[in-house]
Amino acid sequence: MIPLSHYLIVSAALFAIGTAGVFLRRNLITILLSVEIMLNAVNLTFVAFGRSQGTVDGQIITFFVMTVAAAEAAVGLAIVIALFRHRESLNPDAFTSLKW
Amino acid sequence: MPDTLLFYVLSGVAIVASALVIGQRNPMYSIMLLIVSFGALAGLYITLDAPFVAVAQIIVYAGAIMVLFLFVVMLLNAPQEDAAEWDRTHPLRRPGMARVGALLAGLLIIQLAWALMRVSALVEAPVAGRGDAAAISSVRALGRVLFTDYLFAFEATSILILVAMVGAVVLARREADR
Repeated sequence: MIPLSHYLIVSAALFAIGTAGVFLRRNLITILLSVEIMLNAVNLTFVAFGRSQGTVDGQIITFFVMTVAAAEAAVGLAIVIALFRHRESLNPDAFTSLKW
Repeated sequence: MPDTLLFYVLSGVAIVASALVIGQRNPMYSIMLLIVSFGALAGLYITLDAPFVAVAQIIVYAGAIMVLFLFVVMLLNAPQEDAAEWDRTHPLRRPGMARVGALLAGLLIIQLAWALMRVSALVEAPVAGRGDAAAISSVRALGRVLFTDYLFAFEATSILILVAMVGAVVLARREADR
């Protein structure tokens, strides 16, 4: 059977990929997608640890993370739309000033 | 043995698809690949005896959230042509920065591996396949815990969703309407 550490390694790899995406991509949509990858990596850790301990708490936390991810996606995409309306660009370097 | 093979296939698909997500210049392809990655993660949840989480992953993530992303990408009709230029002028592309970043990433991997070695007694135990699968994979058990122990967090979540909804409407509104 698969030890818990293998699930944790998969989760760590996914989290590292998401972090790299946030730093390397210069498209606001792709940056938000990278944040979703990181949230999913954490979800996998919660479910794997919950299964390892024999409790449902990991799955419950995963539901809350999913809810927060949905709220974050809605607000984040609304901000992206508002920014795009101002600058006609999705490059985060176009939004270096707080006020214009 | 099929379980082991399934785990490695699903993790490979999840990791490769996620790596391709951040390798694409076109956000449309990124979203499609991320849906593949989420499907593989749903399979991993099934191997962890969490079928309800797997179904919620498909419906909420691959269904709702990714469709929201797709909708915004199509709505904005985002410019693709300067994506290559953005990559070329990226501050992390400078050689000194890239070296520091690679060093930090290597240190992070070493630290994670070291931490995993330290707690080997817990993490080397097989995670699934024990006898208590039925107790924690049933929706009945999940619902009971969610509506008793976690009732306050559950209700607070509804307020969070309301705030997010109002915030999204306010943010995406046109300037002229104000």
